[in-house]
Amino acid sequence: MNHPATAAPSILRRLPFSTTALAWLAVPCLIALPFLGLSEYAIGIFTLGLFFAVYAMGWDLLFGYAGEPNFGATFLIGVGAYTAAMLNSNGIAPPWICVIAGSVMSVIAGVLLALPALRLRGPYFGLVTLVAVLILRQLIILFSHQTGGEIGIAVPDVLTLSAVANYEIALACAIVSAIMIVLVARSPFGLILQAVGQDPLNAQAMGFSIVKYKLAAFCYSAFFSGLAGALMTFYMGTASLNVFVDASVGVQIIIAAIIGGRRTIIGPAIGGVFLVVLGEYMRPFGRLSELIVAVIALLVLLFLPNGLLGLLKLKRSAR
Amino acid sequence: MLLKATDLHKRFGGLQAVSGVNLTVGEREIVGLIGPNGSGKSTLLSLLMGIHRIDGGTVRIGETDITGWPPHRIARSGMSMMFQHSRPLLQQTVLENVLLALLPDSMLNFRFSEELRGRARAILGQVHLTEVADRLPGELAFADLRRLELAKTLAAHPKLMLLDEPFAGLSATEVREFSTLIRTMRDEGRSVILVDHNVKGVHALVDRMVAMSSGAKIADDRPDRVLADEQVRRVYLGSGASGTAVAASQTSSAPILEVADLTVRYGKACALDKVSLTARQGEVTAIVGLNGAGKSTLFHAVCRLVRSTGSVHFDGHAIADNTAQIARSGVVLCPEKRELFGDMTVFENLRIGGSHLPVADFRQRIDFVETLFPRLAERRKQNARTLSGGEQQQLAIGRALMMKPKLLLIDEPTLGLAPVVLDLISETIEKLRASGELSLFIAEQNITFALRHANSIHLLEQGQIVWSGPTHRFVDEVGHKVL
Repeated sequence: MNHPATAAPSILRRLPFSTTALAWLAVPCLIALPFLGLSEYAIGIFTLGLFFAVYAMGWDLLFGYAGEPNFGATFLIGVGAYTAAMLNSNGIAPPWICVIAGSVMSVIAGVLLALPALRLRGPYFGLVTLVAVLILRQLIILFSHQTGGEIGIAVPDVLTLSAVANYEIALACAIVSAIMIVLVARSPFGLILQAVGQDPLNAQAMGFSIVKYKLAAFCYSAFFSGLAGALMTFYMGTASLNVFVDASVGVQIIIAAIIGGRRTIIGPAIGGVFLVVLGEYMRPFGRLSELIVAVIALLVLLFLPNGLLGLLKLKRSAR
Repeated sequence: MLLKATDLHKRFGGLQAVSGVNLTVGEREIVGLIGPNGSGKSTLLSLLMGIHRIDGGTVRIGETDITGWPPHRIARSGMSMMFQHSRPLLQQTVLENVLLALLPDSMLNFRFSEELRGRARAILGQVHLTEVADRLPGELAFADLRRLELAKTLAAHPKLMLLDEPFAGLSATEVREFSTLIRTMRDEGRSVILVDHNVKGVHALVDRMVAMSSGAKIADDRPDRVLADEQVRRVYLGSGASGTAVAASQTSSAPILEVADLTVRYGKACALDKVSLTARQGEVTAIVGLNGAGKSTLFHAVCRLVRSTGSVHFDGHAIADNTAQIARSGVVLCPEKRELFGDMTVFENLRIGGSHLPVADFRQRIDFVETLFPRLAERRKQNARTLSGGEQQQLAIGRALMMKPKLLLIDEPTLGLAPVVLDLISETIEKLRASGELSLFIAEQNITFALRHANSIHLLEQGQIVWSGPTHRFVDEVGHKVL
C-alpha cells in the first residue's frame, strides 16, 4: 500500500485538551461575573442569555448531531414554562417541584410529538415541530381561563429576589446542561447519533435502530429546554406566549446555534448569550436591531457555515 | 445453506425491478452478481438487507426467516453491507469510525471500553489501515476510504457480507489487493455476495456467478459457464456477431466535436484521464465501456456540467462556458436518466424543449419530432410518467431534438429497456442519421447496439481511452477484451 508518508501522530485530535481546559477556566470567571461591578440590569440580561444558551445547546444536539432541524424549540420550552406556571399559580406545588414537573412534562410532550414525527423523512420533521408550536399557542389561547391566554399567567412565588442569586441559578442550569449534553455528545451514543444524522441508511445497516436514537436525543433536548423554560418563568414572574411559545423565538434560538457553531454544543451556548446581549445593546435602534441581528446571521450562514466555534476547529485541522 | 432467498419480487411504480429471483449462498462462498446497469443487482442487495420492503418472496438466514425485518435487525443477525456510496464521519478519526460500527445497539453505553478499541485496531490491521488509524477520513486516499468501508462492514462479525461495487474507482493494482482481502474474508469462514460491473475482476475471484437482466435471474453457475452462456453473452456482453449494420461508408467528414486532454476528478477519484477524441459531422460516434468507466462524465464535461481541465471544440470553436449557452449553440445532451417531467404531458415536455423557438419554427419542429416518433403524436396528452420505457426514451430524444441540436449526445439510449424495445431505439437512431440534420454521439455499455449504429467507436476503461477506430475494426482488435 502506498499510504501518504506516515506523518507524526495525528495533530488532529478531535477533542484537543485545550478546549476542555478553556471551558473549565471559563467557569470561575462566569461565577465571578456579577461581582465585577455590573449593574443589576446588566446581570439580568446575562441571566436571560444563559437560559437562551441552554435552549441553543438543546437545539444543537438535535440538529448538529441527530440532523433533525427542530423549528419548534419553543414548543418544548413552552410546555415546561406553562406547566411550572400553572402548577404554581394554582398553588399546587412550590417552585422547585414546579421546575422539575416542567422538565418532565416537556419530555412527555416531546415524546408524544416526536414518536409520530420522527418516522417522517426529509424536511417533514421540521415542519411538524413548527406546527406543534402553533397548536400549543392556540390551545393556550383557547383555554385562557386556565392559562391566562394571550395575557399570560403570573407566578406568585419566586426562587429568589436577588439578581445575583438568579444569575447563579441560571448559570448552574447552563453549566449542568452543558456538561450533560457534551458528555452525551462525546459518548458512543453521540457517535451513533451523528452517524444516524449523516447517513441514516448506513447507520441502519450497521445495526442501529435510528428512530430510537433520534427519540432519545429529542427527549434529552426536551428535558433541558423544559428545565430552562420553567426556571426562566420563575425568574420573569410570568409565562407569556410571546416569550415562551413563539415560532420567532424559535428562530432566534436557531440563529444563536448557527452563529455559535453547529455540532459544537458550547458554540451555540456562546451564541445564545451573545445574541441576547447584542439584542439588548442595540435596543435603542428599535426595529433596526432585529434587522442587524438577521444580517449578522445571514453573513455567518453564507461565509462561516460552521459558525464561530466551527471556524476555530477548522483552523486547527488545517494546521 | 447460509442464505436462501426465494421468489423475490420488487416493484417501483411501473418498473418491475426484481421479479421472481431465487438466490442461495452457501458457507464460505463468494457469489458474484453481474448484469447490465438497471438489471436489478443493487435492488436485490437492498432487498436482502431490508432497505427496501420486499413485495413478494422470502429471505432466510440459516433457519431464521428474516423477511420484512428492518435493516438494523438484519444487521444484527449476521448480514452486513458495504454501500457503493457511503461517507464516513468526517470529524471522527478512522479508528472512531470503526468503533462506531462495533458499538452495540444500546443507548446506555456512555464510554468506549479498551476492549472495543482493541477490536477496532485489530480490524484496521486486517484491512491494512493501522498506520492511518488516528487520521481523519478526509486525509485518506480513495482506496483507503474503501478499505475503511470494508472495515466497518467487518466490524459486525458478519457471516454474510454484501459488497456493492467494491472495486468501483480502484486502479488495477488496488483491485488485486482488494480481491486478496475478500478472499481472506472467505478463509475466515465468511460468505460474500459482491456486485460488480467489472466482470473480469469478478471472474477470478468468485466461486459462483449469478447473472441478472431486467430484474430476472438468467444464469447461476460456475463463472466460466456463466460467461459462456448464450443468453448472458447476449444481454450483457453483446453477441459480437452483428457488427455489420453500418454501411462501410468511411467518409471522413469534418470534425464537429474535438476533445483534447479532458480530465475530470471527483474528489480523489480520477473519473476521466486526459481523454482526447473526435466526433465527425453527420456520423454516429459511440463511446463504449463498462458502467463507471467515465462515459457519462465525458458527456457532462463536454456540456460543462462538471468541472474539467483540457479543451473542447465544437464546430471549430472553443465550446461556450456555461451549460445553457452550450445547449443554445447546438450541443444538446439527452441524459441517462431521461429527466422527463413526469407529471407533464408529452406535448408539454416537448414544448419545454422548444420554448426558445419562434412560433413558426416551433410548429415545424413539433412536426419533425412527431413525424419521427408517431407514438408521441398519438400520446400527446398523456402524462410522461405513464409512458413505457421505450416511449419515454423517444420522448427524451424528442425533447432534445426540439432544441435544434447540431450534435446530440445520448447517454445510454438503451438503458433499462427490454430487448424488444431495443429495435425501437435502433430505428430511432437510424431515422436521425437519415434525416441528415445532425450528428450523434452515443454512450453505450451495450456494445452490440453501438456496433450496429456507430461509424466510429471509442473504448473507455477506467477514465482512459484505450482504443479508438472505425467500427469494422473493433471486433477484431479489441473484441476479446470486452465481448
